[in-house]
Amino acid sequence: MTTDNETYDIEAGTELTEPVTLTVNGVDHRLDLPGRRLLSDALRHDLRLTGTHVGCEHGVCGACTVLLDGQPVRSCLIFTATVQGCEITTVEGIGDDPAHPSAVQQAFIDSHALQCGFCTPGFITTIEAFLTDHPHPTAEEARAAVSGNLCRCTGYQNIVTAVCRAAELKHEAGGAEECAGCPWDGEQS
Amino acid sequence: MKPAPLTCHSPTSLDEALRLLHDIGSEAKVIAGGQSLVPVLNMRLATPGHLVDITGLPGLDEIRVGAEAVEVGARVTHRQLERSPAAYAALPLLRQTLVNVAHPAIRNRGTTVGSIAHADPNGEMPMILALTGGTVTAVSVRGERTLAAADLFVGPLETVLEPDEILVCARFGRFPEGTRTGFTELARRSGDYALAGAALAVQVIAGQMQQARMGFVSVTEVPTVLDLTDLVAGRAADQSAAVAEAVVERVHAHIDPESDIHATAEYRRHLTGVLARRLLTDLTTGEPARTSEEALRGAS
Repeated sequence: MTTDNETYDIEAGTELTEPVTLTVNGVDHRLDLPGRRLLSDALRHDLRLTGTHVGCEHGVCGACTVLLDGQPVRSCLIFTATVQGCEITTVEGIGDDPAHPSAVQQAFIDSHALQCGFCTPGFITTIEAFLTDHPHPTAEEARAAVSGNLCRCTGYQNIVTAVCRAAELKHEAGGAEECAGCPWDGEQS
Repeated sequence: MKPAPLTCHSPTSLDEALRLLHDIGSEAKVIAGGQSLVPVLNMRLATPGHLVDITGLPGLDEIRVGAEAVEVGARVTHRQLERSPAAYAALPLLRQTLVNVAHPAIRNRGTTVGSIAHADPNGEMPMILALTGGTVTAVSVRGERTLAAADLFVGPLETVLEPDEILVCARFGRFPEGTRTGFTELARRSGDYALAGAALAVQVIAGQMQQARMGFVSVTEVPTVLDLTDLVAGRAADQSAAVAEAVVERVHAHIDPESDIHATAEYRRHLTGVLARRLLTDLTTGEPARTSEEALRGAS
């Protein structure tokens, strides 16, 4: 591939990199990355956090959804160099221990809300943020909350059930009232 | 797919960003939230050698409500504008429309001013800028200029902005007293680009319609405003059904939809008429109600 923008070291045959500082799941990382490195690829290839899945790579499927300062975003539509200084949470940061799944992960197990599991990390991150903002969702709100994520196996009914089940589990654990990461608290009437 | 190689610049001041854009020239592209730009880069429909990221610039993050307009800085995300109580109180049409812009995960990162600079005829916010008689301010090393929406958009994905200009803010004009607004669109899936969409602003004073204007999504090449005032002025709002046919006819003559794999031009034309009639009915009969989408997905 030829390029005239000096992003390749022609003699060495390698792409030039820049230092990038990234905070993921509470851990600071210093990486040397090409300018074109997408956040989804930095997470998977450079940090080996392969819980974040990459489906369509143009923002439609939602599989790569991660939390950026607590809010869900598509990691395939973000250049890594543009989110230095932000707090990134991946599905590993929500629950990385099969013996102790998060409330949302447990709800997915309870409700049979996954089959192949490819889309699941994007749902888990999306629902985690949604329940922080909406601790008492109706089924209709739950359905709207996951409308930006595609699943080709389950048909969505069990996923909607899992959203409501996760809200229950969070209440049972007493965690839903502790809304620490919601930047909108106090601003809404 | 991955973007072609590029250099990503992260300036920390507006002056530095403007200098970079000026020095690099047409190989540089401004990026804010990137929710329209990055798909284009990932699919390699565009291969700029340099990106100038403006999300690290100081300022440009405010929503200012004035007597005449709601001013939105270049770093304000769709989501922040959608959830701003002050912006909603001053210009409900902003939230009414923003809840239809893609999905929350896109709105969390995408900026309203960025979508205006992108100038996609399928985008909602360029149309809203035009419908509200809004303006934008662009800056470059040569100085600052303010452009009316009508002068900004020249074609699909095309504006009069120079490659080294940054759109620093957009001003959405506020409507006169008594104006009721609504937005509606039809998409094949929630959050998809609309097959067709429309927004209506109709002023009702003492039960009588006065001014009315309508804007469209996905069925015109550039955001244009259709003035309906002469059709509705002086008529009783609860008798709007009497002029609905004329409004639909005017809409059909105004729009210029294209066929694609999702819908034929004829279908989009018919659909836009249906949406226009629905908006007129909803806004003129009884108390203007919040749309269900707005209630469901807006502030809670």
